Amino acid sequence: MEWEIVIGLEVHVQLATQSKLFSGASTQFGAAPNTQACAIDLAMPGTLPVPNEEAFRFATMFGLAMNAEIGKRSVFERKNYFYPDLPKGYQTTQLAEPIVGPGKIEIHLEDGSSKTVRLHHAHLEEDAGKSLHEDFHGMSGIDLNRAGTPLIEIVSEPDMRSAAEAVAYLKKIHSIVTYLGISDGDMSQGSMRCDANVSVRLKGEEKLGTRTELKNINSFRFVERAIKVEAERQIDILEDGGSIAQETRLYDADKNETRSMRSKEVANDYRYFPCPDLLPVVLTDDYVEKLRGELPELPDAKSARFQSDYGLSAYDAEQLTQERALADYFETAARSSGEAKLAANWITGELAALLNREELSIAQSPVSAEQLAGLIARIKDNTISSKIAKQVFEAIANGEGDADTVIEKRGLKQVSDTGAIEKMVDDVIAASGAQVENYRNADEAKRPKMMGYFVGQIMKASKGQANPQLINQILKKKLDELL
Amino acid sequence: MHQLTIAEIIRGLRDKQFSSVELTRHLLERIAQHDSNYNSFITVTGEQALQQAAAADERLARGDAPAMCGVPIAHKDIFCTNGVRTSCGSKMLDNFVPPYDAAVVENFQRAGAISLGKTNMDEFAMGSSNETSFYGPVKNPWDTARVSGGSSGGSAAAVAAQLAPGATATDTGGSIRQPAALTNTTGLKPTYGRVSRWGMIAFASSLDQAGPIARNAEDVAHMLSVMAGSDERDSTNLRRAPQDYTADLDNPVAGLKIGVPKEYFGEGLNPETAARVQDALKEYEKLGAKLVEVSLPHTGLAVPAYYVIAPAEASANLSRFDGVRYGYRCENPADLRDLYMRSRGEGFGDEVQRRILVGTYALSAGYYDAYYNKAQQVRRLIKQDFVQAFEKVDVIMGPTAPSPAFAIGAKAADPVAMYLEDIYTIATNLAGLPGMSLPCGQVDNLPVGLQIIGNYLDEARMLNVAHQYQQVTDWHQQHPDLASAV
Repeated sequence: MEWEIVIGLEVHVQLATQSKLFSGASTQFGAAPNTQACAIDLAMPGTLPVPNEEAFRFATMFGLAMNAEIGKRSVFERKNYFYPDLPKGYQTTQLAEPIVGPGKIEIHLEDGSSKTVRLHHAHLEEDAGKSLHEDFHGMSGIDLNRAGTPLIEIVSEPDMRSAAEAVAYLKKIHSIVTYLGISDGDMSQGSMRCDANVSVRLKGEEKLGTRTELKNINSFRFVERAIKVEAERQIDILEDGGSIAQETRLYDADKNETRSMRSKEVANDYRYFPCPDLLPVVLTDDYVEKLRGELPELPDAKSARFQSDYGLSAYDAEQLTQERALADYFETAARSSGEAKLAANWITGELAALLNREELSIAQSPVSAEQLAGLIARIKDNTISSKIAKQVFEAIANGEGDADTVIEKRGLKQVSDTGAIEKMVDDVIAASGAQVENYRNADEAKRPKMMGYFVGQIMKASKGQANPQLINQILKKKLDELL
Repeated sequence: MHQLTIAEIIRGLRDKQFSSVELTRHLLERIAQHDSNYNSFITVTGEQALQQAAAADERLARGDAPAMCGVPIAHKDIFCTNGVRTSCGSKMLDNFVPPYDAAVVENFQRAGAISLGKTNMDEFAMGSSNETSFYGPVKNPWDTARVSGGSSGGSAAAVAAQLAPGATATDTGGSIRQPAALTNTTGLKPTYGRVSRWGMIAFASSLDQAGPIARNAEDVAHMLSVMAGSDERDSTNLRRAPQDYTADLDNPVAGLKIGVPKEYFGEGLNPETAARVQDALKEYEKLGAKLVEVSLPHTGLAVPAYYVIAPAEASANLSRFDGVRYGYRCENPADLRDLYMRSRGEGFGDEVQRRILVGTYALSAGYYDAYYNKAQQVRRLIKQDFVQAFEKVDVIMGPTAPSPAFAIGAKAADPVAMYLEDIYTIATNLAGLPGMSLPCGQVDNLPVGLQIIGNYLDEARMLNVAHQYQQVTDWHQQHPDLASAV
């Protein structure tokens, strides 16, 4: 039996607005508990919500970037349930008339293929606060700093067929929201959270299988693992003749397993109804069109431009455009150095390795785009070899200054003085009687390979600074003179 | 001095006939002396009132006095007052001291008015007799064995007993007009969105509207000029600039077309009440107005629709009272569920719990379409009835309440009978229209109210129409004999 996995994602993205969705309180992360919650966020009696225009602007930009219909009239509803970190006893959200309607985006997979994923809708809603269960001696603490922070919940159609596709979709959403600057997209701080609806069916089957909902899987890696392990669990059950219970399950990253949280059958009745404190929000065509005109260049368009303008491969362009900050870094380095391909290689190679090793984001890179461009310029004009350049790169990363300073200070300038190199060549030939003898007796065809030994010795003598092309030239001439 | 109207007080203070401190002290003494008979105040803020009065006298002396400088009024205890306990008539908020003022309270402060204290009300404004208050029922100054009406019974009784010349109130289904009718006061519920709801504790957000209760239409106009206005903190506020509602009071009413809905004179209306209302209509004819019969065919559906929509909204609005952040919290909760169940079970009275249950039920999966959606459809039909009627007439008139004040306890055990108290007032809330009540006679020494329903934002004309009636009648000048009423 061949199984097919069917995945739909619900992604919550925290919008980077200055203030909350319905109050003027700040949305800054990390403040002392309950210092960023005003009377409205605390649901004090008599307080009223006022919608935040910036949140609507951000949500509209997102909808436009997703090629989605924009809800010209959107309605907030109350989703009723009791929880201590939900101060009003209801969450203000959208249901029947969301701000963003159906849309679609292209996702790119590792094997180079692409696929379209349909967006069901995206709606605006307020976040809840946080319940803190430790350090309160059998009681719970409530922090309402996050209460009222604007979120967009992005609901896909069940269009993904593998964990890899789900990750690619999630990365695409991440890349769009960060490009738009509407969210920092930081999954570790909860700025982006993902729930996955997962079901399996026999390949060729039309009907969807019973799905489970995986809650709060908060990194790209865990999304992939959680979906895989859940799909395997479902397949095992079905192959043993069992059936899947529709339920919410929690992914345990330590044990790499999912476990039941609560059954949907006993799910809350949220008693949604339109919020009478808020009027329907109507967006004019002018408002939407103005935002459309102001949208920044998005990842797909940028990737296409990098291929055409800089001659990058599709793979490199894709890599470099996933993050707006990375794309900007590349463009700065490419423009200042005039060497786009070298810049791309350095960024996807040395720089990526460095950032990965140090667990840094591109914004935290110890080597600036200008510094990298300076380094590339010195490679290009033969001041240093590629090999030396790696040393210089490390030195820049260690804060020793830009490429010219490091080269100067460490004396790494490539030796291109013919006289000096001729002397080194003579010395090595003189000291390598046996190797010279072998060279002379060897077949013509084998000789180029045998030069490697001499080159290595000369490089060693020059501490790597001799211009390799000049070494080759002079060495060949001198050896040939001995024949 | 307690017999002075707001208009007279404004003139008297400017003319230095008396000071605000004198007047305020006099009213505080009256409250201290008489209010134990009526229970119209929950909290009296004497010290603060005298400080405000002294400051007002200074401003009056300097000559930079705003519109109501030095005029003492009372606020319904539904309006949040910074630093002063705001209970909403509930045990749930018995300990609640807001750190902010309601927009209405701010507006009166800006206008220089003095706050005497906070008036009694049905718990969370849910009631038509003031019997659901945690602080006990308000007694009608015309007969203390009878109810004052509700939910703004405290405000109405305080004005009727001349403890305050005017008081703020709110009206979700008749809570300004019905107590005004039962206490011989004049009250106006403005167009929905005319007055900011910021800081006014919500019962049913799409129906709640604040308005004044005073002794006559002119005073109501003075108060509304201060109360109403634009407020960005309330998304449902109509953003209308303040206006002077006294400006049109003296316009003649000759040629006015008064719609008389036949549905408002049917079964359930006390015949004596009907007769007083008919007398008032004849008075208007004498003033040159024309009576036109109109039909509001969906009137009979107003009460049922209201008792789905209002409890549905209330069920969510009152969820915030959970014992977690402020207000009543039960002793020694065993766990979270126990905290919720007992804090709410002990903190809310029966009528509030009944409405939360009804509202929760109406919004539940499987019932939503049959109740909530259906009620919203009815709401649109009711609004349509009025829109059509106002194509033919300028104002609509009828009774405010079906009968005069009833005995305390008479309807307490029969919620439906109580709900029918608002049969003539509820439809205007559902439609968002302005409505007012003014005294138009008595039945067995108990006051009867005439209701005037106006078109959207037509408060100035309604006040003009009421004022003209009060120029040729003296019902509004009748006062209860306080000594014999007890």
